[in-house]
Amino acid sequence: MLRYLAKRLAYYLLLLVVSIFLAYALSSASLNPRAYFEAKQPRPSAAAVDRQLTDLGINDRTPIVERFGHWSSDLVLHGDLGQSIHDTPINAEFGRRIWVSLRLMLVGSLLGMLLGVAAGAWGAVRQYRISDRALTIFSFVVLSTPVFLMALFLKNGAIALNQASGHQLINFTGYETPGLTGGFVAHLSDWSVHLLLPTLSLALGGLATYSRYQRGTMLDVLGSDYLRTAEAKGLTRRRALVKHGLRTAVIPMSTLFAYSFLGILTGATFTETIFGWHGMGEWFINAINENDTNAVVAVNLFAAVVVLASGFVADALHAALDPRVRH
Amino acid sequence: MTSPAALLTVRDLRVEFAGARGRAATSAVRGVDLTVRRGETLGIVGESGSGKSVTALAVLGLLPGTAGISGSVELDGRELVGLPGRELARIRGSRIAMVFQDPLSAFTPVYRIGEQITEAVLVHQKVDKATARRRAAELLDLVGIPDPQRALDSFPHEFSGGMRQRAMIAMAVANEPDILLADEPTTALDVTIQAQVLDVLRTAQRETGAALVLVSHDLGVIAQMADRVAVMYAGRVVETAGVDELFAAPRHPYTLGLIGAVPRLDTRGGPLVPIPGNPPPPSKLPGGCPFAPRCPLAEDRCRTSEPELLGEDGHLAACVRSEELAERRPAPSEVYPVPEVPPSVLPPDRADREPVLRVSGLTRTFPVLKGAVFKRKVGEVYAVDGVELDIRRGETLGLVGESGSGKSTTLFEVLGLAKPEAGRIELLGQDTAGLDRAAAHRLRAQLQIVFQDPMASLDPRMPIGDVIAEPLRAQAAPKPEIDLRIPQLLRLVGLDPAHASRYPHEFSGGQRQRISIARALAVEPQLLVLDEPVSALDVSIQAGVLNLLQRLKAELGLAYLFVSHDLSVIRHLADRVSVMYLGRTVEQGSVEAVFNTPRHPYTQALLSAVPLPDPVAERARERVLLAGDPPSPTERRAGCRFRSRCAVYAALAPELRTRCEQDSPVLLDAAPDADHAAACHYPTVQRYPARRA
Amino acid sequence: MTGAGPTVTTADAVIENATPTAADAAPAGRGKLVLGRLLAARGAVAGTVIVLLLFLLAFVGPYLTHWRYTDIDYAALRQPPSATHWFGTGGLGQDVYAQTLRGLQKSLIIGLLVALLSTVVAGLVGACAGYFGGWTDRLLIFFVDLMLVFPSFLVITIISPRLKNTGWIAFVVLLAAFNWMITARVVRSMTISLKEREFVRAAQFMGVRPLRIILRHILPNAASYLIVDATIAVGSAVMSETALSYFGFGVKAPDVSLGTLIADGTDAAPTYPWMFYFAAGLLVLFVLAVNLIGDGLRDALDPTAESGRAPSRRAARLSRSTRTPKGSR
Repeated sequence: MLRYLAKRLAYYLLLLVVSIFLAYALSSASLNPRAYFEAKQPRPSAAAVDRQLTDLGINDRTPIVERFGHWSSDLVLHGDLGQSIHDTPINAEFGRRIWVSLRLMLVGSLLGMLLGVAAGAWGAVRQYRISDRALTIFSFVVLSTPVFLMALFLKNGAIALNQASGHQLINFTGYETPGLTGGFVAHLSDWSVHLLLPTLSLALGGLATYSRYQRGTMLDVLGSDYLRTAEAKGLTRRRALVKHGLRTAVIPMSTLFAYSFLGILTGATFTETIFGWHGMGEWFINAINENDTNAVVAVNLFAAVVVLASGFVADALHAALDPRVRH
Repeated sequence: MTSPAALLTVRDLRVEFAGARGRAATSAVRGVDLTVRRGETLGIVGESGSGKSVTALAVLGLLPGTAGISGSVELDGRELVGLPGRELARIRGSRIAMVFQDPLSAFTPVYRIGEQITEAVLVHQKVDKATARRRAAELLDLVGIPDPQRALDSFPHEFSGGMRQRAMIAMAVANEPDILLADEPTTALDVTIQAQVLDVLRTAQRETGAALVLVSHDLGVIAQMADRVAVMYAGRVVETAGVDELFAAPRHPYTLGLIGAVPRLDTRGGPLVPIPGNPPPPSKLPGGCPFAPRCPLAEDRCRTSEPELLGEDGHLAACVRSEELAERRPAPSEVYPVPEVPPSVLPPDRADREPVLRVSGLTRTFPVLKGAVFKRKVGEVYAVDGVELDIRRGETLGLVGESGSGKSTTLFEVLGLAKPEAGRIELLGQDTAGLDRAAAHRLRAQLQIVFQDPMASLDPRMPIGDVIAEPLRAQAAPKPEIDLRIPQLLRLVGLDPAHASRYPHEFSGGQRQRISIARALAVEPQLLVLDEPVSALDVSIQAGVLNLLQRLKAELGLAYLFVSHDLSVIRHLADRVSVMYLGRTVEQGSVEAVFNTPRHPYTQALLSAVPLPDPVAERARERVLLAGDPPSPTERRAGCRFRSRCAVYAALAPELRTRCEQDSPVLLDAAPDADHAAACHYPTVQRYPARRA
Repeated sequence: MTGAGPTVTTADAVIENATPTAADAAPAGRGKLVLGRLLAARGAVAGTVIVLLLFLLAFVGPYLTHWRYTDIDYAALRQPPSATHWFGTGGLGQDVYAQTLRGLQKSLIIGLLVALLSTVVAGLVGACAGYFGGWTDRLLIFFVDLMLVFPSFLVITIISPRLKNTGWIAFVVLLAAFNWMITARVVRSMTISLKEREFVRAAQFMGVRPLRIILRHILPNAASYLIVDATIAVGSAVMSETALSYFGFGVKAPDVSLGTLIADGTDAAPTYPWMFYFAAGLLVLFVLAVNLIGDGLRDALDPTAESGRAPSRRAARLSRSTRTPKGSR
């Protein structure tokens, strides 16, 4: 099993290297930092612009492979992601923002997965009853709502709620109240309130997706021979369903985990921007608008690592859940 | 049979499956009466859709919620129908246990075998885990699984099919049930493994004293195992009697037809008795006797009302003419119309006929790969390692072997028309190694294949006219010729040319196999490769397809390479036979020679494992049980590949064993001019069927 | 065959009665069967009606009012829906009805084109990778994995500054280019199992050429999945389009799409809801309808799907499992 995982890891590292090079090349070719410097007032001389670009390692007159060589050797040897277009270190910004994003993504995806699996299995067992139908309709509506729209709906709903109650019941801007005093508990509850809407807008999508798939695999399992065997040896229907049915039906969810994380990553970009979280997604959109090549590449690196890590976690999960792939 | 008191009584059991939105419900079981006495074996026999499995599941209350069950199932006087789930669960596994057909899908894939058997113990017995585990190991030992402690920690997918079925039986007898329900327990297994599993079932029955209800489509298995038999058709029992009585003097025309439709290992030749038509689907039962549309003895009254199951001395039949049958005792062929098979017109002397296919020393290995992306080779599987075939014009060679013996690989090598890895393939005198692409393409027209599963081998998205035209198009035949050939071909295989525009799913299994045959014959090949062509079909349908194949062979002068695991079918159809074990030809020769005086111990064991559809003959013969599973073909050990399971080798003196361990035996003729050769250092002659002294 | 006593016939033709018996399928053709199941699924019917109505609205609706999406009514700024402006007006006096319909048009067209393009690519790449195997497969799958490493959103966003002047067709191509990979993977694994199916083997042994096998056997048999997937791809393409346009990376002025309209209306949503909710509602409604159709199609096309079938799945399994073909592998 370790061998299997090691192979997957090696493959993912190869994918990572190639994809980072492509992302670097794409960003460098597409963005135009020269325009940013040339637009400065007073307009700097061409030589000054060139010097600044070269200092940052983003001069479009240097061959792309050479630029990538510098960038990647700095990264590998010193763990340095370079300087932003404002000549501030990317690393510092990266370190600040990564936790903001990860907090959102992890809580959102785990919540969505757990609730979705539970809801899906429950729906399958209660197939065609009112509760199953309600769940189905709910998932369809959620699945038909883009994440950014879901976030906007939630935000508007919260505004309406706050206005109606006359209090700031749900605080949705940023990830903490600036200058909050108080103990750990106060901070924690403040965090939770701030996390509520952004997490919900991510988790709802996950819940809908997982519940649809889990319902499907669970329905397959409901007709399986081994469930019948479990009942034939004297297990009650309920015990057979949980111990033999659900246990087998969650295996395919591990594959879904990898794919759904792609969606979570995109979704997080939207929710961060909409709820004013200073995470990687917001940084990315700002960086594109500012032609900040190094920052864009840094976010790409983050995205690639997150996607591949989720793929690896999915593989490990699959191997842990299914003895058939371990051998 | 010692105690005449009924243990399980089923009265007027009916099962209906609710129809989806607005559709009528279908009756799968329509009034079944059964009695099981303590310790006896009741065989339930029937074709697909006869309701035999549904009956078994209904007894245990294992049918899905959409099934409506009425009638009565009494266990020791206690009514089971309508019992709440919790109560039923207490009876399941402890008093009535079940063995299912497909042991791979019947075990939960994510739990170890040990966990699953231990669970069965813990559900019903108040013991601790360690005791339950010890009990599980004992059970595995009882069913003959070697090294039970290790086996407990294996996952189901690590077991072979036979081992899984043994473990399934171990799980079923864990709580010493009074009744063991076995639903087609050996259908997915090879014949030697089937013999082992049936033996285990007998052992389990003997050790626990349980009554056995054995559901099977195989008359041979029923004849071998059962004390009493119930024959089911269209959701009802149509005949029930003691096993000897039933086979000797059937009183229902359906039973009679079934007996006549089965090819037998101990007789040969002649057409089989096909039962016309198909079993009716449960949703479209005809009024009156459901068998009437297929029955040669049907009268007007049969079509108006359904006859009741009546009779005396424990021999009951649901037929208005059963008394007449009881009196006359006709042979199946006296009741059913039997087609004539025209005699073959080829010169009878083999040497005078030109060879169609010659294969010698054929070898094919597959690399064993590891790794997800950049796979590397870690070993080789010798799928085929020394196969010899020789087919002449107009003859049928039966290729026999169990799963993993390399039959399919051999076929694909021959059909590939390419240079083999080692050895030589000669089709119509042309060595395939020397063919260029165009020549190979032309030669394809001479060699066509019919696959096992008639559904899988026809593209569901193509009308059958296009299906049949495909080989013609591949050979670039002109369109007018194709249009002319399609109706001809359909007529040739006994189908209506008007149905060329229908899709495969609109035909029954037997008809689909006829379409496959028509497609294969489209380009007028000389050699037809038949890969298990009847094993997916019901017995009564199978007879019709076998008769068709015999007729076509005689009329068109075809040669067949007929692959089958079913020795009775081979015996019935083939002129010559070739037996494979682990990728090697171990015995070959004329059917008479190989089947009557097998020389290789493997052939002897194979023949011995086939149950005869005749309880008297079945009891009279001696059985050689082959031990264990075939070893893995990844190891290519020196010497004879069969020796790990060979009874002859086991009985040899140590100094004589060396030869088996070191030299791989080659095919040697039994006598200078005989068409019979075996690859064994110490061939023994055994007359078949062997009788008990 | 009704007379008592033996009659001997020479041909088997009479034995196996010649009419198809339809043992396990309705005698109706496949198309009819699918249609019947589809109609039985209320969701699919509702979805189809909604989609048709939305198309009607998008392409006929604009002719029902004299306001065009570029018109500006200086007399009415941020007015709620009324007889003159059915959906109200925007901050500059734009007619929200005309704008929304224009946006709906664009989003529908983009969704359809993207789904069509990406499905064709996915089908071909997946089938080739699966059928040919070996290095073809390895290279294609590496490429697919590579494309999957980045969320399409990131890449399209990065490229979008370059596409400022190329209009929405380039945007369609981009969306399609990042929307086919998962489908291709599924088609690939379907192809691998189809390749082992006997009818494909039979065709190979008959000497049918690989490309013909892919076109005649593989793709038609993967078609039901592809159709369902294309349907759902329309929905997801519209969602991607609107999301990108919302952030200003997709459809750009002078074109409007539902995404740009939602972006314009966002800040006004709490106070002037008509500027936001008409576009947002139509978007959700359309994607929902498309998903309902996809789900209904999946059930109707999949012979093992649950709804619209005779008894239950388990019951059907029972009747099937009584005889499993056995034999050599």
